[in-house]
Amino acid sequence: MAWRLRLVPEKTNINFFAIQWVTFGGSLFAMAASVVLILTMGLNFGIDFRGGTTIRTESTQVVDVAVYREALSGIDAGDVSITEVFDPSFRDDQHVAMIRLSAREGEESVTPEVIAEVEAALRTVDPAITFPAVESVGPKVSQELITSALLAVLAGAVGILAYVWVRFEWQFAVGTVAAIIHDVLVTVGIFVLFQIKFDLTIVAALLTILGYSVNDTVVIFDRLRENMAKYKQMPLREMMNLTANETLSRTIMTASTAFISLLVLFIFGGDVIRGFVFAMLLGVVLGTYSTLYMAKNIVLMLGVDRGDKTKKPGSGEFANVDA
Amino acid sequence: MESMALWKRVLILLVCGWGILAAVPNLFYAQVERHNDAAAAIEAAGGTATPDQQAALAEWPDFLPSALMNLGLDLRGGAHLLAEVQVEDVYKTRMDALWPGVRDALRDLRDQVGAVRRAPSPDDVLRVTLSNPEGMPAALEAVRALGSSVVTLTGVGESTIDVTSEGNDIVVQLSAAEKQATDQRTIQQSLEIIRRRVDEAGTREPTIQRQGTDRILIQVPGIGSAQELKALIGQTAQLTFNPVISRTTDAAAEPGPRNLLLPSMDEAGVYYIVEQTPVVSGEDLVDAQPSFDQNGQPAVSFRFDTTGARAFGDYTAANIGAPFAIVLDDEVISAPVIQSHIPGGSGIITGNFTVEESTRLAVLLRAGALPAEMIFLEERTIGPELGQDSIDAGRTAALIGMVAVAIYMVACYGLFGLFANIALAINIGLIMAVLSAIGATLTLPGIAGIVLTMGMAVDANVLIFERMREEIRAGSSTRRVVEQGFDRAFSAIMDSNVTGLLTAIIMFWLGSGPVRGFAVTMGLGILTSMFTAVYVTRLIVETYIDWKRPKTLVV
Repeated sequence: MAWRLRLVPEKTNINFFAIQWVTFGGSLFAMAASVVLILTMGLNFGIDFRGGTTIRTESTQVVDVAVYREALSGIDAGDVSITEVFDPSFRDDQHVAMIRLSAREGEESVTPEVIAEVEAALRTVDPAITFPAVESVGPKVSQELITSALLAVLAGAVGILAYVWVRFEWQFAVGTVAAIIHDVLVTVGIFVLFQIKFDLTIVAALLTILGYSVNDTVVIFDRLRENMAKYKQMPLREMMNLTANETLSRTIMTASTAFISLLVLFIFGGDVIRGFVFAMLLGVVLGTYSTLYMAKNIVLMLGVDRGDKTKKPGSGEFANVDA
Repeated sequence: MESMALWKRVLILLVCGWGILAAVPNLFYAQVERHNDAAAAIEAAGGTATPDQQAALAEWPDFLPSALMNLGLDLRGGAHLLAEVQVEDVYKTRMDALWPGVRDALRDLRDQVGAVRRAPSPDDVLRVTLSNPEGMPAALEAVRALGSSVVTLTGVGESTIDVTSEGNDIVVQLSAAEKQATDQRTIQQSLEIIRRRVDEAGTREPTIQRQGTDRILIQVPGIGSAQELKALIGQTAQLTFNPVISRTTDAAAEPGPRNLLLPSMDEAGVYYIVEQTPVVSGEDLVDAQPSFDQNGQPAVSFRFDTTGARAFGDYTAANIGAPFAIVLDDEVISAPVIQSHIPGGSGIITGNFTVEESTRLAVLLRAGALPAEMIFLEERTIGPELGQDSIDAGRTAALIGMVAVAIYMVACYGLFGLFANIALAINIGLIMAVLSAIGATLTLPGIAGIVLTMGMAVDANVLIFERMREEIRAGSSTRRVVEQGFDRAFSAIMDSNVTGLLTAIIMFWLGSGPVRGFAVTMGLGILTSMFTAVYVTRLIVETYIDWKRPKTLVV
């Protein structure tokens, strides 16, 4: 046998339910914590969702946030926040900052005059400063973007629910959707915890996470269905372990190739899409975890009608829940 | 196992060949773009080419495909505007235009309705007070006769105006069906005008499209800033010719009912009080050209259509010696005194213009006035340097990602990993080929989608290879290993890809801009990866087996 890199031994026999109270309980806790964080700390919304203006500045001089702030202090603008941006792909003399302005009280949006004033004030700090990106979003659009973003994630979840329901059984659909809700919620929770900017692209990332997580879960369910036809007498719990072990190599393999390509993007893809890529990295890790430890637990709890006349539907499976 | 049919093999090879060929132009983006631009310019010039164009044309051979992926604003730099058209503005214009007709109709019934006068009202309502309310039924009938029937799919026969009475007042407004039809026209007209103005500026591949009921998305690559784009579009650029009532230096002067106080464009502190209802407006213009007046100053000469010419002729004939104002965007450009009857419908606008200004004004006038004001909900400017940085970063990431995944696959699956890598490379080629062929736009998230696809596309191969390993463990024959590996992995591949495709479709449907770009590449990537991972890999594996005839397979 030729040499192969193996992340997973050829034959595994891991009991994925051995520590289910730790894993499943941990997942529930993480979800609850995420909800609490979202409600208390709130997301650090980008201008897509809360309106306002961002100005990206680029200069050959080192950015001194305090000096920038000083220069902008004379301007009658709303909230001003200045952050320096770092990226390994920047040249040595490339110094980038992001300035975020919110509309003045009583005004709908940041006026072009205010933006011009800000740009003029920054030119007094560094005459050679450039503004490679200036973006403004009005409050009307940002409200709609929030709605359509929520709608998109919801529609994604419902679509997946429906598809898995048609292809498998409703218990599988519920398990899949529970897993993706877990993935999305915890990802958002982490974004809240670290106050990472949450904008439209992050929603795209969340949808991708939905897709990835389902992909992962469905492959195991597909195998489970095959095994259910093959081993009619095996208890569901054992069968799930067997299935998960049989597909473990593939689960880890796929997670790692996706992870590798995302990690490369994270490092070399530039700061513009770093948040987006970070969300997807989280999603791959969480998606793999929830496939192994979340979706199956739910299906086990709900029980599956195996269409086996010798066994009453659901009877044995429910007994396992308290085990 | 039956080997794959010949026609299938040929078909697969043809698709792969096309993919590679159609993807190639994107590797020489700048050259091909110059070639395409030159080809388009020569075509537009009717087949004559300058030496520069000849040189550009020669940079890329004609026999190769030359379709390119469009680069999104975030990669090329440019400006993005989302405008909301204030469709209600038009209701007011319509009501104002209706008033003279109503006045004349009621004047004919003076003995029944008495004196009529326009009463203050909201913008979209025309309210007329009768001094003799007994004549109301006759008045209502006369006013209703001014409406025509709306022709829409649903409302044929419905009148364009709703006429009701309130006490001594007649209340006129546009009917619901007419409002709908008007909104539709307003948006169409705005789109058309924006398109013409942007095209006049000669920028490449602008996107101008309607979004929702009353919004217009404008994306222009290569333009300096959103401010510049706004100036180009002109928020209203409304040209009217209004009778002047008086001239004043009092900025707080009370203009009186149905009149407007407007500042002068050139003379600071000078204001004109003009009648709100114009004699003619820019909509009646058929042509406007930059020119020079008799003193050699830059000016704009214009010509009206027949309706405009008649209105203008009648007005000038009746008002010799009176001043009238040329009003552009609520500023009086000039207020000459009418010297004589101007019957031909042409004239000249003079002011303190520079040549650039007169040229720009002519362009704006020629393109026509926007029928309604636009409010900009979203403005984005991306500089070309940032776009280039993003392209560079994306390219680096894509290359490193590809190499990393390729090494990893070979480390895990040996020769079969190499097969998967060939399929992966063809997959990337196909994605680029399809993007070019359908003229899709590549955005930075779109590049991320391609890189992610590289990570996910091998999933199908992983599923197949893992199945093959199981078959090998079960001691199956070589042929059976391949057959079972591919066939039994198929249902899982199908299920997992359909759900991925589902989310891509939802993203495309609900998302905008960057999210759409991502959805397109991800969705395409899923489709092409199904093809390459299943068919191309199978073709490679079978060819390998037919060629080497290995006793045992090592996956």
